[in-house]
Amino acid sequence: MKYVEEFRNPELARRLVRAIHQIEGGPWTIMEVCGGQTHGLVRAGIPELLRGKVRLIHGPGCPVCVTPVAMIDRAIALACRPDVTLCSFGDMLRVPGSRSSLLHARSRGADVRIVYSPLDAARLAERLPEREIVFFAVGFETTAPATALAVQYASARGLENFSVLCCHVLVLPAMEMLLQAKNCSIQAFLAAGHVCTVTGYEGYHDLARRYRVPIVVTGFEPLDLLEGIWLACRMLHGQVYEVRNQYRRSVRRGGNPAAWQRAMTVYEVCDRVWRGLGRIERSGLRLRDEYRRYDAEAKFTFDGESGAEDPRCRAGEVLQGALRPDECEAFGKECTPEHPLGAPMVSAEGACAAYWQYGRRPRAVRG
Amino acid sequence: MCLGVPGEVVRLYEPDPRDGLLEGEVDFGGVRRRVCLACVPDVRVGEYVIVHAGVAITRIDEQAAQEMLAELARIGEIEHELGPEGDVLESSGEGQ
Ligand code: SF4
Repeated sequence: MKYVEEFRNPELARRLVRAIHQIEGGPWTIMEVCGGQTHGLVRAGIPELLRGKVRLIHGPGCPVCVTPVAMIDRAIALACRPDVTLCSFGDMLRVPGSRSSLLHARSRGADVRIVYSPLDAARLAERLPEREIVFFAVGFETTAPATALAVQYASARGLENFSVLCCHVLVLPAMEMLLQAKNCSIQAFLAAGHVCTVTGYEGYHDLARRYRVPIVVTGFEPLDLLEGIWLACRMLHGQVYEVRNQYRRSVRRGGNPAAWQRAMTVYEVCDRVWRGLGRIERSGLRLRDEYRRYDAEAKFTFDGESGAEDPRCRAGEVLQGALRPDECEAFGKECTPEHPLGAPMVSAEGACAAYWQYGRRPRAVRG
Repeated sequence: MCLGVPGEVVRLYEPDPRDGLLEGEVDFGGVRRRVCLACVPDVRVGEYVIVHAGVAITRIDEQAAQEMLAELARIGEIEHELGPEGDVLESSGEGQ
């Protein structure tokens, strides 16, 4: 596929690996923020190839993983109502709530459907006027324009049977929270390429300077990831605390205003609780008053409070890069993708799932 | 979930007046899908976009892609000539 294969070229990857090892200094600890990047790195075997020079730690950029248990319980409660069809991205289904999962609810007869796009859920509301269609709106800045479009679609077509259970989160406040932690070991960030595609990276300069951490906006293919690490190491070596844009084919400095403005027409910034990280100020999005009638939390009432996490799961530490997934005692034993104790084991972007899927064996760079 | 897939815009649909949303057909290496193009309003047939959750979030800058690959091809040589902290950083730094 164009714009994929070229960025997996093994010869160029080998050169980059060599170039990174040739930079004087280190070893450095670099956090890749986005779970998609975690999977890309682990799949290509990059952490092993850089051993001794760079320690990669995995960040909180897994929307499925940071969605609070209480919200999953609410989604399940909605799905169990006879009048509701709950639409969701596929990797939410296995995520354990406090008592069950959407998949489990579906097996007991709840109407839970996987959609590829939030717009498909809005269209479903048009086709099924007698049902209440709720979209489980999980995701970072990258996804907010898509769910905003679904709300605007429903609004333009007067669909009163459509709503969203909004769990959108913003990545920059979470990055700052990690930097403020007492035992923070992060020396540089690979920032999430598709988040920055939407928002741009103006907001990152201040963070880089104040905390003296180089930030490289980075893509997802092996060459992107390696070039991002290379640029980060060069800045670390030169003690340069700035922002670089590695993913220039997708990211412009100001982002994509057509996408982000659309999201901000529908949503406003609010405080949010992150699973594993706790409450972070101004780190989420909620529907604006004009669109409140599409807010599932305003539309339905919920009773009973939700329970706690499985105490064996150490997802909070994994999401902060403080614990490697295979250092969790339950990893691969009590916790597997078939019987997950925590969300990072079942999300397509979860670090535990990446370690499970690709093992941790040294290997050559591959696509 | 922030997964974005590159594809080529092969057709633009006439927007439906009920919602005015710009949509089109995008080819992902042989698989075609209906994609919302509202966030890339100037896109033309033949251009590549990155699609996330059924929505194109950006047009791919072909020139930037080629420049990056050309820069990488030069890295081996440059490292020898300049040592690690030459002026490569500046030239491969900020895009616009
Ligand atoms: S391996 Fe399982 S139990 Fe351990 S942190 Fe990951 S999801 Fe939680």
